[in-house]
Amino acid sequence: MQLTRLALGLAGAASVMAPLAFSAPAQAQNEQFVPALVYRTGAYAPNGIPFANGRKDYFALLNARDGGINGVKIVYEECETGYATDRGVECYERLKGKGPTGAAAFSPLSTGITFALTEKAPGDKIPLLTMGYGRADSVDGSVFQWNFPLTGSYWDAANILMQHIARQAGGADKLKGKRLALVYHDSPYGKEPIPVLEEASKRLGFRFDAMPVTHPGVEQKSTWLQIRQNRPDWVFLWGWGVMNSTSIKEAVAVNYPREKMFGVWWSGAEPDVLPAGDGAKGYYSLALHVAGSVAPVHKDMVTHVYDKGQGAGKKEEIGEVLYNRGLMDALFVSEAIRTAMGRFGNKPMTGEQVRWGFENLNLTAERIKQLGYEGLAQPIRVSCQDHAGVHSARVQQWDGKKWNFVSDVYRANQDLLRPMIKESAEKYAKEKNIKAGCVS
Amino acid sequence: MLYRETGQFKTSYSADQAMFPILQDRIGIILILVVAFVGVPMVATQYTYTGLLIPFLILALAAIGLNLLTGYCGQVSLGTGGFMAVGAYAAYNLVLRVPDINILLAIFMAGGFAALVGVLFGLPSLRIKGFYLAVATLAAQFFLDWVFIRIKWFTNYQTNANAPDLVIFGVSFNSPANRYILVLSIVCLMALLAKNLVRSRVGRAWMAVRDMDIAAEIIGIRLLHTKLLAFAVSSFYCGVAGALWAFVHLGAWEPLTFDVNRSFQVLFMVIIGGLGSLLGSFLGAAFIFTVPILINQVPAAFGMPISTALAAHLEAMIFGSLIIFFLIAEPHGFARLWQIGKEKLRLWPFPH
Amino acid sequence: MAFFFEVVLGGLLAGVLYSLVALGFVLIFKASGVFNFAQGAMVLFAALTLVRLTEWVPFWLAFPITCAVMIVLAFIIERIVLRPLVNQEGIILFMATLGIAFFLEGFGQTIWGSDIYTLNLGIPKDPAFIMEWLFDGGLLVDKLDLFAAAVAGALVVALALFFQKTRIGLALRAVADDHQAAQSIGVPLNYIWLVVWSAAGIVALVAGMVWGAKLGVQFSIALVALKALPVLILGGFTSVPGAIIGGLIIGMGEKISEVYLGPVFGGGIENWFAYMLALIFLLFRPQGLFGDRIIERV
Repeated sequence: MQLTRLALGLAGAASVMAPLAFSAPAQAQNEQFVPALVYRTGAYAPNGIPFANGRKDYFALLNARDGGINGVKIVYEECETGYATDRGVECYERLKGKGPTGAAAFSPLSTGITFALTEKAPGDKIPLLTMGYGRADSVDGSVFQWNFPLTGSYWDAANILMQHIARQAGGADKLKGKRLALVYHDSPYGKEPIPVLEEASKRLGFRFDAMPVTHPGVEQKSTWLQIRQNRPDWVFLWGWGVMNSTSIKEAVAVNYPREKMFGVWWSGAEPDVLPAGDGAKGYYSLALHVAGSVAPVHKDMVTHVYDKGQGAGKKEEIGEVLYNRGLMDALFVSEAIRTAMGRFGNKPMTGEQVRWGFENLNLTAERIKQLGYEGLAQPIRVSCQDHAGVHSARVQQWDGKKWNFVSDVYRANQDLLRPMIKESAEKYAKEKNIKAGCVS
Repeated sequence: MLYRETGQFKTSYSADQAMFPILQDRIGIILILVVAFVGVPMVATQYTYTGLLIPFLILALAAIGLNLLTGYCGQVSLGTGGFMAVGAYAAYNLVLRVPDINILLAIFMAGGFAALVGVLFGLPSLRIKGFYLAVATLAAQFFLDWVFIRIKWFTNYQTNANAPDLVIFGVSFNSPANRYILVLSIVCLMALLAKNLVRSRVGRAWMAVRDMDIAAEIIGIRLLHTKLLAFAVSSFYCGVAGALWAFVHLGAWEPLTFDVNRSFQVLFMVIIGGLGSLLGSFLGAAFIFTVPILINQVPAAFGMPISTALAAHLEAMIFGSLIIFFLIAEPHGFARLWQIGKEKLRLWPFPH
Repeated sequence: MAFFFEVVLGGLLAGVLYSLVALGFVLIFKASGVFNFAQGAMVLFAALTLVRLTEWVPFWLAFPITCAVMIVLAFIIERIVLRPLVNQEGIILFMATLGIAFFLEGFGQTIWGSDIYTLNLGIPKDPAFIMEWLFDGGLLVDKLDLFAAAVAGALVVALALFFQKTRIGLALRAVADDHQAAQSIGVPLNYIWLVVWSAAGIVALVAGMVWGAKLGVQFSIALVALKALPVLILGGFTSVPGAIIGGLIIGMGEKISEVYLGPVFGGGIENWFAYMLALIFLLFRPQGLFGDRIIERV
């Protein structure tokens, strides 16, 4: 009896599930499908949530305020990856074919998922936007035709931080004999800046220690004990999620001055500093954009989305660092679509067309002002040779309540990085038998 | 009635030793194979291949590997992810460093390397048992994680490893349908091998060790030899699964892909599917891997407006409840459930 | 030399934190033979409940409410999961606790949210320097870690008293020795399990409180359960003092190895080193430091 019931239940469940795997719902024709790989749960959720909210809100704003992009409505769908690569791949496969023209572009917000999708995107002809993360060598668009690490890679970040501490010290020659430690997330993400820093250490004659922290980064006592012993002149922090706040707390615990700590742009958001309380005061990080609700787009967001009760998060969270990063990511996707429409007509774009849009993306200061991103985004111009478009960032400091810019805009030294990028990209092309070249 | 073996007489030794002695089983297996090789490619979408079927098959292969060790030989291991990583990186390096190697050969040789590593980490099993052994194999897991992230030679001095073009004997296996066929063939072949292995002298020795190793030793089974062989064969399967996961499923991977969560995932498949059952490995893999994904899609498919986070949480809650429900319904896993079902089918639908 | 002692001290204090999680495992394994995979999820659930309650009510009220919640949880688990599975093998019950873990993670985050929440216990976070009379500049310790050590110490004393001096404790030890024998002389098994799971829930709450104060309350504190595993095999699955001493050895071994050997190997070795340490130890003593001696008969 019990068994029969169980069998019936199973059959019922199976009949509910079966259509999921095989059918695709009918859709309207004049819609652009934009997928989103998010993580609102799991170990990295505190950082994933604001980013996902910002991104979602911007597309909601486009629909509510402008009726979509050039009259083409945006259909936006999220899929939860939990920061796990296999779930990310599953989500990608689930979403890539939706909508009349398929997915416009993917932003995985995870280095592991980026690697896996880098292999899949060319076959599916869908561009990958990896804004401020992903492979450093994917800046070379002739090999990585479908990757767009807009606003710069980790090599740029490392180079900019080196410039900053050199300026603080009073010149690059003053770095000789000093000591720099990198505390990094022990994954491909955290390892990215090491070649650049090693090269700088040889060239400028300072000592460089790379100190790994195991995922997820809750156990850092021994790392910071070593820092207490070695007393490096600077500590660079390449963390994500709970690792960042733990690093700052451990720095407090071993009395290492926060004014000598510099985080990458993924280590400089509110969830990174708030848990450390007053201890985080004085901590620096790189910034790709301003923190806070300052741009016209934030005001529009309140009037067009949040006041109608359609916001993804809380109104007070508009303007948080990672929320703004989500807004930027969404801006690049939507502007790439718009650029593509300029050439292919005002209809839903295919991934291939959006790729063209990314490669010819040109956001001038005026255009950014028009879009309401004044003070938030910096001008960017993408080309086949340079898929990042812009390689600059500023340094910001936490004063216990908010982030303040403490430097001008630095530009990463491309004369230095270009040969390294070329070498690495060529190695990849050789391994994968890719013929390098620009497509138009 | 449907499943009655009455009237099926075995008149020769070879019939008695057949792999599937019952006619209905033979028909069932052939039917499943026909559906898998012919039926599925006729209806499956790209998503079904790459999102569900390929990963399911590869994980089922890993589950078979672990089941040989845990279900048949009684040694609980939490190092599966590590052994899969050995397979993946060995295959990568073979393709990279041995010119013109056949990819299929590389995948199986990778399994061989995993077997070697498996034997090494199987050595403590001679003294340590049960949960203590399970936790001890975690040492293998964490050590191997570390090796592949720290020793740059294994990743060719890059931050990640990526798969070569899948061309085997001049045939390209890059399209999802071809990948599926490739994985399915390998899995079927190895499942068949495993099925034969567990009926052989080796398999019987494993089961004797599982049931009571001291008693097994007394009747003349060499413990060292038997346990290490189980570790080797199990790791071979896991290594091949790891190589397939890397080459066929992901295409590019970082060591975190094969972290301790993978080990736990495969162990759960083996337990909920049924310890000591090859069929159970498939059922367990299907349950643990695909059910959460399907639960996750239910709200969207019916147009229910719930947030992504809530959907993910509900997925975890429903999935957790399902595990408990099935365990209470049948603590010995799906394989046992299937067996009970078969017994009922002997009479059904005419019980009188 | 002073630095070496700092490392040792840091390791010991970190070890105490591992012990706190390991204690929860030991309690349940001792009384019911279940390896409770859900211990990490319980830590997360308890900490989330506590931290979100403190937004509404003061801490002295939130703490007993959370205790009550954990007891209710233990009651539900005993009723729904354990009772139907009584007399099953350990590995089946282990699997069932996996179901509990999934459920609790989803449930906790559904009602309390999956963001990071700051738990302020009013402990100063700045470092303190001790023994300045002996070492130049003194030894640096984290006040929070000292607090954690004090809490763990108090907890162990309380548990030891509970086990040794009360009637329930006696019954608990009887159940741990032999389920059937205990049942036949009239020890109510279900009641004992309820008590044990409640105790483990409260240990989880304390662990969650300390870890939450250290890291902020968020999902990752469910993962610290993994750090407790080498402690368990070193100290034995069934020994409360074993969990403490095992924790201290693992914590110290980890930190010393990472600080002094890590730079040679490129760092990040503490994770597997703890397991290797436990493994090598097991080769000589398969039942752990304080575990019950395994006697096998054919």
